[in-house]
Amino acid sequence: MSKRPPATDWATDFDHLDPRWSENPYPIWDELRQKCPIAHTERFMGAYFPSRYEDVRAIAYDTEHFSSRRPVVRESRPPLMPAPPITSDPPEHRPAKQILLPAFTPDMIARHEPRTRDICRELIGRIAGKSRCDGAVDYAQEIPVRVIAHMLGVREDDADQFRKWIKEILEIGVTDVEVLMRGQNEMVAYFDDQIAARRQSPRDDLIGYLLNVRVDDCPFTDRHINGMLRLLMIAGIDTTWSAIGSCLWHLAQHADDRRRLAADGGLMGAAVEEFLRAYAPVTMAREVVKETQLNGCTFKPGQMILLSFPAANRDPAVFADADRVVIDRAHNRHAAFGLGIHRCIGSNLARMEISVALTEWLQCFPEFRLDPQASVTWSVGTVRGPRALPLLLDA
Amino acid sequence: MSATKVLIVKVDRERCQGHARCFALAPELFELDALGNGRERGDGRAAPSLEAKARLAQANCPELAIEVTEE
Repeated sequence: MSKRPPATDWATDFDHLDPRWSENPYPIWDELRQKCPIAHTERFMGAYFPSRYEDVRAIAYDTEHFSSRRPVVRESRPPLMPAPPITSDPPEHRPAKQILLPAFTPDMIARHEPRTRDICRELIGRIAGKSRCDGAVDYAQEIPVRVIAHMLGVREDDADQFRKWIKEILEIGVTDVEVLMRGQNEMVAYFDDQIAARRQSPRDDLIGYLLNVRVDDCPFTDRHINGMLRLLMIAGIDTTWSAIGSCLWHLAQHADDRRRLAADGGLMGAAVEEFLRAYAPVTMAREVVKETQLNGCTFKPGQMILLSFPAANRDPAVFADADRVVIDRAHNRHAAFGLGIHRCIGSNLARMEISVALTEWLQCFPEFRLDPQASVTWSVGTVRGPRALPLLLDA
Repeated sequence: MSATKVLIVKVDRERCQGHARCFALAPELFELDALGNGRERGDGRAAPSLEAKARLAQANCPELAIEVTEE
């Protein structure tokens, strides 16, 4: 990735893999919103980047011209890899999503809260007493992976394997198709085994549920179920891990917010929403399938859209003091979980995990800060969050 | 004629995508169905004292699916 030519102009040659973009994209987006609200690049075989909330919203709502079949902007156009419903368009999208929704309502997610709290406490137990730790590696990255494994009914101990696939599919695989296909194929094989095991001896977990569920009396094919399982695992891990990491990164540098939140648990709901707005981790993609126009831009079939909910969330036309984190912000119509039919199915799960993770952390570590001797590093590409977050834990 | 106003809240079922913000912020006024989509409780009529909560839910709905009126 270090061999990439640096972006020469964000408006006409943007590159979201450029280290300047990964490290601090916000000033770039502010500049684009004023100068060129829909930026373009010849990289990635042709892609656009809308930075205003209204344009992001319009594209998310327009499923006729903008397809979800390629949910990630990549260097090339590898074969389509359906992972329904995230890769589905109407009319297939609706039934594929509806069978998953009942497992992700706030009530159903609340059932996983005790396990989530136990995981957080176990991780904190390993850190407590030390003077420093890595908030991303030792804490944030371990929580969602274990919770989703618990929900799916697969081994929590396979967490390293799951994270490796995610890195291959969402980071390295963006520019290296071989690595992408390898990660993808390994995941397919893993879930084929899981499906076969449950056909032999049924189990009461999410995989078991998907094997039994019927739409109009028809079960889903194993290929469809495999795609859904890969989606749930990929979407459920580095997204929330990034969100938790960004929250800790913010709180490490803002003692006022940290102390307010530690003192008043009633603020947690609003604070989590504000962190989601300001540090939304997930950028999606759409592929133009029918020529159309928006704000003077003509989009042609085959071009990609980098659909940045994080950029929409920083638009001052919609959010007062958009670049300031206001942990008790009252009006917060943020789009961190997307807009329209592809609203993240795991939004209630993510909110629960972030809230539990921060509550448990602040209880044990009300005081902590960035380690000035070490560097924070950020993920590159579709999901943004700290991958190294060296912290000093002041007793 | 009574001068007392009645608050009416309504979730547009077509617009709602199940962000569940209304239920989180104003559970007195909104509930979720089995799929997690929002809807007004009962016929949506509520005491005017709940107006601030209704407006808060409205201002936090990402899909602009909530209507608040008075009668």
